Amino acid sequence: MSTLLIAIPLAGCLLVALAPERLARALGVAVTGVLLVLALVMVARYRLGGGIQYETDVAWIPGVDARFHLGVDGISLPLVVLTALLSFLCAVYTLHALPEPGRPRAFTSLLLALEVGMLGTFLALDLLLFFVFFEVVLIPMYFLIGTWGGGNRRYASTKFILYTLLGSAVMLLGLLGIYAATGTLDMVALSADHGAGISRGVQILCFLALFVGFGVKAPMWPLHTWLPDAHTEAPTVGSVLLAGVLLKMGTYGLVRIGLPILPGGALVLAPALGVLAVIGICYGALCCLAQRDLKRLVAYSSVGHMGFVLLGIATLTPIGVNAALFANLAHGVITGLLFFLAGSIKERYGTADLDVLGGGLATKFPALGGLLAFAAIASLGLPGLAGFWGEMLAMLGAYRPAADLNRPLFVTLMVLAGIGTVLAAAYFLVLLRRLNAGAVAPRWRDIAYADLGALELAIAALLLVLTLALGLYPRLVLGITDPAVRAVFG
Amino acid sequence: MSYAQGIDYAAIAPPVVVAVGAAGTLLLDLATPRARRLLPVLAIGTFLAAFAALALSVAADSRRGTFCTGTRCSYAVDDFTIFLQAFFCLVGVVIVLLCASTVEQDRMPAGEFFFLLLTSFAGMLTLAGARDLLVLLLALEVVTLPALVLVGLRRADPRASEAALKFFLISVMSTAITVYGMSLLYGVTGGLQLGAISAGLARGPNSPVAAAAVLLVVAGFAFKVAAVPFHGWAPDTYQGASVPVAAYLSVASKAAGFAGLILVLDACAAYAGSWRPVLAVLAAATMTVGNLAALRQQHVIRLLAWSSIAQAGYILLPLAVPDAGPALAYLGAYAVMNLGAFGCAAAVAARRPRSAVADYRGLFSDSPLLALALAFFLTCLAGLPPGLIGLIAKVVVFRSAVTGNLVWLAVVMAVNTVVALYYYVRLAAVLFEPAAGTQRLTVPAPVAAAVAMAAAAAVALGFWPQALLGVVPGLG
Repeated sequence: MSTLLIAIPLAGCLLVALAPERLARALGVAVTGVLLVLALVMVARYRLGGGIQYETDVAWIPGVDARFHLGVDGISLPLVVLTALLSFLCAVYTLHALPEPGRPRAFTSLLLALEVGMLGTFLALDLLLFFVFFEVVLIPMYFLIGTWGGGNRRYASTKFILYTLLGSAVMLLGLLGIYAATGTLDMVALSADHGAGISRGVQILCFLALFVGFGVKAPMWPLHTWLPDAHTEAPTVGSVLLAGVLLKMGTYGLVRIGLPILPGGALVLAPALGVLAVIGICYGALCCLAQRDLKRLVAYSSVGHMGFVLLGIATLTPIGVNAALFANLAHGVITGLLFFLAGSIKERYGTADLDVLGGGLATKFPALGGLLAFAAIASLGLPGLAGFWGEMLAMLGAYRPAADLNRPLFVTLMVLAGIGTVLAAAYFLVLLRRLNAGAVAPRWRDIAYADLGALELAIAALLLVLTLALGLYPRLVLGITDPAVRAVFG
Repeated sequence: MSYAQGIDYAAIAPPVVVAVGAAGTLLLDLATPRARRLLPVLAIGTFLAAFAALALSVAADSRRGTFCTGTRCSYAVDDFTIFLQAFFCLVGVVIVLLCASTVEQDRMPAGEFFFLLLTSFAGMLTLAGARDLLVLLLALEVVTLPALVLVGLRRADPRASEAALKFFLISVMSTAITVYGMSLLYGVTGGLQLGAISAGLARGPNSPVAAAAVLLVVAGFAFKVAAVPFHGWAPDTYQGASVPVAAYLSVASKAAGFAGLILVLDACAAYAGSWRPVLAVLAAATMTVGNLAALRQQHVIRLLAWSSIAQAGYILLPLAVPDAGPALAYLGAYAVMNLGAFGCAAAVAARRPRSAVADYRGLFSDSPLLALALAFFLTCLAGLPPGLIGLIAKVVVFRSAVTGNLVWLAVVMAVNTVVALYYYVRLAAVLFEPAAGTQRLTVPAPVAAAVAMAAAAAVALGFWPQALLGVVPGLG
């Protein structure tokens, strides 16, 4: 079943590339739809706490003991579902709008290629295979930004690929280090060993390499500078997947590989990770306050949110890591929604510049304005909505970090992160006041666009329901993640 | 004891077929100058015939030897020979495709060109089976001497003459050093066949003369494979030669050097203690210097030249373990990706002979497929997906360094991979930058075929690396 999740988008990618232009988007929806159904079937038949399931394990390169080993557990299953969902919604969104220069066939097949890489990253249980899928994502995303992006797309796409490639190369050093020290690439066996047989020094070095490599992807301050440009210039679909899935690959890597395989290294570097995470939270929030571009603002808010995820991981406690996984998911859903709405705004106004947009969004487009308000409030972490639990639990984790960590430091970090949440509330409220409230600027009075169409509404409604569901019933996710997280800490 | 031996013609069939093909091209050109266009076809046919001869002879008996005294033979067919001969035949086909249009365009004498090229390959096929110092030396000279002329054949360009002269002087010197080392080996062991030398070295007391002899031979081969510090000729020579000839030098001729090196090192296994550290240092220096120098190249062929110096470092690494299997595996992968990269460069050079990085700007809008292919081969050389084959080959080499207790060398290699990423990706990024104006770039059909073959092989091996790793001798 795991193999199908790779094979179907791959086959779909090739099929779409050969199909006629007018069928491409429909095919894309069909393929991503099948994948979403498949992912939901996996959830339905998943045995809670049953370890790794839906496994595929065949020899791939006997010469280096690399195996084609796929499977899901509680850590990866929610992300697989998130990926399948967001990819499906993106495919549906392209039915509604495809940015210049069109070419639906190329666009859809890149989207499916992207999905191969994203799903593969979350399914892979072999270090080399993981690395391969991790990298597969870059090329389609590069072309999505570079071809369908905004005015500054060349610069943004080049910066994106240079940063992430360099990060990947450093990450590869870490993976090779693990391989060198243990002689195996099997993530399951390595995780079960909890770092036995890897000396402390090697663990620290390898974890440092993973820290930098995944940190670029996550993104962790100060390695985040590619992100605002990439998000701002990317087409809506690209921004959604970039924020909703690609960023998660970094934090997922830390939880999947860093914590269980290199616990010694994690222990030494966790304080540094925590400090950088909190700097990211505060820095992201402060940058948001200064932004004039809606997409850029959402991008910087992602830096802050991913800071909470990283903080949760840095606590090295089950509660913190559960928080990280939950926050990953919540951020994927909420920021996905925000980027869809930002795309709808940009489509109608032709700009995302807050000064040019002026106020009165809620007056002119009530549905769009209302949904934006909902998403912004969810994003700032209102209790009862998805954004709340991840951040709250991450701070709770920081209040009681793992026994060997410096508690005063983490408590300080918790306090600073709390200030970050206040700043986040501030910038989202400022955003709503500037954009939603007030009168419609004269220049926009006559634009002929209608409010959200049926497709846009359906996408937004689905994400809205999910945000509510995750917020009201967090056990939906935590029940799945918790057993697997406890296994990480053995 | 009878000196009138029977010759196993089936064993020596592949080099003989290529030698006959070489003579055939020369004669065909002399007899009917109009048939010039057929020469590449004849050359490719020759390689395919040699491949078929190899397959037939191996199908009948996969272990052959000829020119034997006792149990030791001067020419043997074993897994090593079969792998390399098949390798050279396939590489030969691609090289001929690359050369076909350049020969026409640069007004090089076609008959002579293909005669020299095939002769050089006949030397390579012989070298693969050579198990005797004299055969080895002769084969190596047959490889090198035509190469000197091939480099200089672009008579209109003064740089070509300079390149040829530089290459000639270095070659002569390296041959002299190799021969000197070989003569010492003969003196110490009293044998010429590699088996006899191996037995002699293992038997005798540890002699400094023998150690010096081994190091001299290694130094000689280090020139052939352009290992640092014997690499100085490569960038100038590659730049001065026509691009397909540079491709031939960087893949085929380099592979011949490695084949010889592996054979000699194997024979000198008793002195591994003295040559292992030397090779480890050579490998580290070669990859590091190659990559650092490549960082600042503004000329694509020079960049690829430095890149292939660095890649030679990765191939040298397993030899320091010593473990020939991973080296051959990397050589196979390197041949595919480097031929592809040079093939793309040849396609561009056919229209924009300057080959500066600036000439590649916006290649994606001029010829999307070519740009995608080149970007793909660059990621292969860098060792990152989607260039899977490069990544896998690097992991194979890395593993051999780690299991061979050369962890420091593995670290040097890993860091080098990161450094190299910079210049490969920078060149790849240039391809997708907007150009001042779009000019369609048509790729000559044979070059396109060669690039397509290399791309297909690289993609296929990426998904199914076992197709390569499974046939490499000495790899589990």
